[in-house]
Amino acid sequence: MTTAANLDHKAGSPPGRSSGKHGSAPKTATKNAGRTPGEGRMAALLLSPTLLVLALVIAYPLISAIHQSLYRAQSGLDADGFVTEGEAFVGLANYSDLFVGESGQRFLNAFGNTTFFTVTTVLLETILGLALALAMNRAFKGRSFLRASILVPWAVPTAVSGLLWRWIFQSDGIANSLLGSEILWTAEGTASKVAVIVAEVWKTAPFIGLLVLAGMQIIPEEVYEAAKIDGAGWWRQLGSITLPLVKPTLLVAVLFRMLDALRMFDLPFVLIGPGKESVETLSMLAWDESNQLRYGSASAFAVVLFLYVAAVAIVFVKVLGADVTGARQLGAKRRERKANRTQKAEATR
Amino acid sequence: MRQRRHTWQTLITTTALVTAAAVGLTACGGSSAEPKAAQSAPAFEGKGPINYVSSRDASGAANKSIEEWNAAHPEEKVTFIELPDSADQQRQQLIQNAQIKSDTFSVLNLDVVWNSEFAANKWVLPLPEDAISTDKMIPATVDAAKYRDTLYGAPYYTDGALFYFRQDLLTAAGIAAPPKTWDEMKAACEKVLALPDAAGMSCYAGQFDKNEALTVNFSEAVASAGGTVVDAEGKPTVDTPEAKEGLNLLVDGFKEGLFPSDAITYLEEQGRRAFQDGKVVFLRNWPFLYSSLSATDGSSKVAGKFGITSIPGTDSTGVSTLGGRNLAVSPFTPNKATALEFIKFFTSEEQARKRLELSSRAPAYAALYEDPAVVAKRPFFPTLLESLENAQPRPKVVQYGATTKAIQEEAYAALTGEKDTDSALKDMQAKLEELSAK
Repeated sequence: MTTAANLDHKAGSPPGRSSGKHGSAPKTATKNAGRTPGEGRMAALLLSPTLLVLALVIAYPLISAIHQSLYRAQSGLDADGFVTEGEAFVGLANYSDLFVGESGQRFLNAFGNTTFFTVTTVLLETILGLALALAMNRAFKGRSFLRASILVPWAVPTAVSGLLWRWIFQSDGIANSLLGSEILWTAEGTASKVAVIVAEVWKTAPFIGLLVLAGMQIIPEEVYEAAKIDGAGWWRQLGSITLPLVKPTLLVAVLFRMLDALRMFDLPFVLIGPGKESVETLSMLAWDESNQLRYGSASAFAVVLFLYVAAVAIVFVKVLGADVTGARQLGAKRRERKANRTQKAEATR
Repeated sequence: MRQRRHTWQTLITTTALVTAAAVGLTACGGSSAEPKAAQSAPAFEGKGPINYVSSRDASGAANKSIEEWNAAHPEEKVTFIELPDSADQQRQQLIQNAQIKSDTFSVLNLDVVWNSEFAANKWVLPLPEDAISTDKMIPATVDAAKYRDTLYGAPYYTDGALFYFRQDLLTAAGIAAPPKTWDEMKAACEKVLALPDAAGMSCYAGQFDKNEALTVNFSEAVASAGGTVVDAEGKPTVDTPEAKEGLNLLVDGFKEGLFPSDAITYLEEQGRRAFQDGKVVFLRNWPFLYSSLSATDGSSKVAGKFGITSIPGTDSTGVSTLGGRNLAVSPFTPNKATALEFIKFFTSEEQARKRLELSSRAPAYAALYEDPAVVAKRPFFPTLLESLENAQPRPKVVQYGATTKAIQEEAYAALTGEKDTDSALKDMQAKLEELSAK
């Protein structure tokens, strides 16, 4: 029963259309009718503290940043060498400056780096994470120990892992002596990009691995047994059972990682250093601008990054159907319970 | 109905998720500066407890000075507020406090390179020059605490470059005195590197990674060749033959193999290791290395085998840049009289001498460098004094943060061969001109 509902849901058909085998679909449609008129107001009242907190910690900073991004500090020196300072409203000039001149080049470069790092690291992490999860999903001695130990890179603070990898990648470090090369990993260039990708994948592949493992463990053994009886090999099982069934979990994990990777800051900052063109990300650029006290353009960078992250998230949820809230799963369970009840009722009748 | 509700729920949650992610990013915006009112000559009035805001002092010497002050002034107690270790973060916290005119920070411990920025923004008060015994201090340290000829900070400690050399190898190669110029250094290297003992060694290392240290090394090279980065009014002067000669010293060092090929990734620590492991004959670095290089516990291969002198120049001895810290008074503290008195006490020669017991930070008072008791404990002091007497501050500009970024950017491009020296300096000049015009 569980399997049927899960399978049905995972195959991607929208929950509303889900064809309950026991005639539950018509009943679910009437669910909302049970709500009393005051219920909605009560719900709003109960939710209002949460909404207030959200408004304070999310809406206010966001609006304030957008507001700030429309201003620019106009500073000059007077005859005695003192700063005459004021903020002038410049409209969207901070945004249009993102695409022209030297600061424009810097922005486009950082934008490219951010996208490049996100695509490459998330892709590699997903592949590696899946492989890790497949390996860990087997029953073998010391499995729980391996599971715990695989989390270690994830548990290490990013700045610390940045330092660790800096030592590994320094010119007389272990990376060069193992490879027998003399690559300057922490200088500018492709090597520094590779260094960041390696360190990032090392750190976050376990995250995807463990999330996917959790997804794999709820796949019932019976499905595999049935597949075996039908003569499906390991690859067939992977392609037709494991992957489709872990897809929702995997999508959420990948979404989280993408949002994280788009904001990448501390790793390239510590590992390669600030101001290095080949690894400068949008977050680093925003940090640098605010460090120079140019809060207007810093906010503009941050807002652009925010919009970018938001666009990626929405596309991900809409197109690939990542189920972030677990709403569908919840719906499926509810339907299932109802179906069970109906079944029981029918049986007792 | 249900499907729709779910879609909305998903959308709202996603938005919330993304927004939460963005908060961290956007939080950096926010503070806004108001136009500043003209400020009359400050009166140092008001007595009471104050806060001393500083980076950490691991030696505990600063704490001792404060304890002594607190014992004598129970009504005007000083509290030590520790800032993060990173200089960038210290600067940001100090500026943010100044922008909101917070009275939490009373006495500020400022890096010498922030002096102009803080003075020009009126985030620190001009000090009455007779209050601080500047005449006994090394002139370069006093100069670094001035903005447009007004003293804004009391020199607390200072720092200058030292030129470490391998005495054993120089002696073996028959070189009597350490080189004073780059040409002499090259000649000495030729002889030394021909020795069987020096097989595989490189000649010289400094700090060349894209970092504040690169600004230091670039400024020193330019000043050692007789040039300047900015003139007295803060106008950039890097598109000159002198500056070109200076930058070329470093660029050619890489081209000719004078520097180790990985020196482009060197900061202070990597340079220390290279020298300590016997990879380079000469090293430009700060005095703090001295004790770890002379460690006799086996960690240093060069203990007892190296010497120190001033960094080389093109015609004679080179020009070191100046590091160190000044103490300044925030205009937003109510207890300005106490703050000034505390600074006088803290930066007095007597306290500087006491702190030398615990800390190896170089004091601003020249006399202490020649004191036999001090020299016995810190053998590098006489050489450091020579270096400091000849030292120049890094560019004294209001927009120091952006200036040092521009210098690093262009110097790094020249060192890595991405640009030739001429166009790097031309671009640097253009960037600095744009900054100084603001």
